[in-house]
Amino acid sequence: MKFNIKINGKAEVVDVDGNTPLLWVIRDVLDLKGTKFGCGKAACGACTLHVDKVAIRSCSYPVKFADGKEITTIEGLSQGGELHPVQQAWKEEIVPQCGYCQPGFMMATAALLERIPHPTNEDIDNNIVNVCRCATYYRMRKAIHRAAEIKSGSNS
Amino acid sequence: MKKAYLIIPMLLLFVAMVSKVDSFANNDWATSGLDESKTIKSEDSNEKKSEDDVEESHKAFDRMMEVLTHKRCVNCHPAGDAPLQGEDSHVHHFGVKGGEDGHGVPALSCNSCHQVENNDLAGIPGAPDWHLAPISMAWEGLSRVEIAQSMTDPERNGGKNIHQIEEHLTEHALVLWAFDPGVDSEGTPREVPPVSKEDYIAAVKKWVETGAHIPAE
Ligand code: FES
Ligand code: FES
Repeated sequence: MKFNIKINGKAEVVDVDGNTPLLWVIRDVLDLKGTKFGCGKAACGACTLHVDKVAIRSCSYPVKFADGKEITTIEGLSQGGELHPVQQAWKEEIVPQCGYCQPGFMMATAALLERIPHPTNEDIDNNIVNVCRCATYYRMRKAIHRAAEIKSGSNS
Repeated sequence: MKKAYLIIPMLLLFVAMVSKVDSFANNDWATSGLDESKTIKSEDSNEKKSEDDVEESHKAFDRMMEVLTHKRCVNCHPAGDAPLQGEDSHVHHFGVKGGEDGHGVPALSCNSCHQVENNDLAGIPGAPDWHLAPISMAWEGLSRVEIAQSMTDPERNGGKNIHQIEEHLTEHALVLWAFDPGVDSEGTPREVPPVSKEDYIAAVKKWVETGAHIPAE
């Protein structure tokens, strides 16, 4: 079956079974490998991307629900050659270790800052519940606060 | 003199008895007497009917409550802000919260993972409007009588009358999801309530129709 999705601003038509996980379509059909597979059961967050600006775990999201919607992956986070504040902060705080979980965390953080521009530690604990096997949580927390500063232009 | 003392009261008694016999002959009395007996008879049957209704209502209540106290319902009516999950009703993993409107917190809504239908490939349950009941409708830890009291109290149920409650219980897709809960992440079917969907819906309707009586237990 054919589905129309707009991915990182580009219209695409994919012809797949409607129950195919969106992650499969992104990685294997559209060949965007930035979004990662971790658990396949909405538990780790490695596959987080945005569907109509909402953070979604794409491993558990059938592509049929993405029909006609706008998808943003880590490849589409920066705009006009500028790093997104989350990417900038991640770079400054040297967050990643192995890096595998990081795209999911960054997408979840970008969605958080759209809704809570200056999150408290409690907001971060409640909203960012992805899993990092390398335990980069401490640096991540610093980077989230830093991203909020950069985004609001308060200390860039 | 002594005789006169006896005769006067006897005369008075006689006069009183005659006047009573007159009143016995009054039609009003006859009619009212009949009416009274009719009323008594119809009160009896009303009482009988209402006893039947209460009994039927309680029976329907028992059946309905077998469903409403099941984990498929109570897991999303927790006594706090965190949903419960699984057959053992453990607190939802990952620190998930219902948030202000029960649909999750700003960047982690229920729909980040739960869609409008079950996802049996990933083992993620789903139904339209997947969300947590408000804290005023917390059922976890309550007895079935307390659940029914909470459910029928407009202060706690969002201002619903009994017919709106009936509609919620018998038509809301999220409520009826309990009978088609899909499989867990290991592919094991989730337990369904011990009463079929059809019998449960019939029980709710019967309970409301018979006056929505809540037993005193
Ligand atoms: S791969 Fe999707 S949440 Fe783990
Ligand atoms: S950086 Fe290795 S899993 Fe997170």
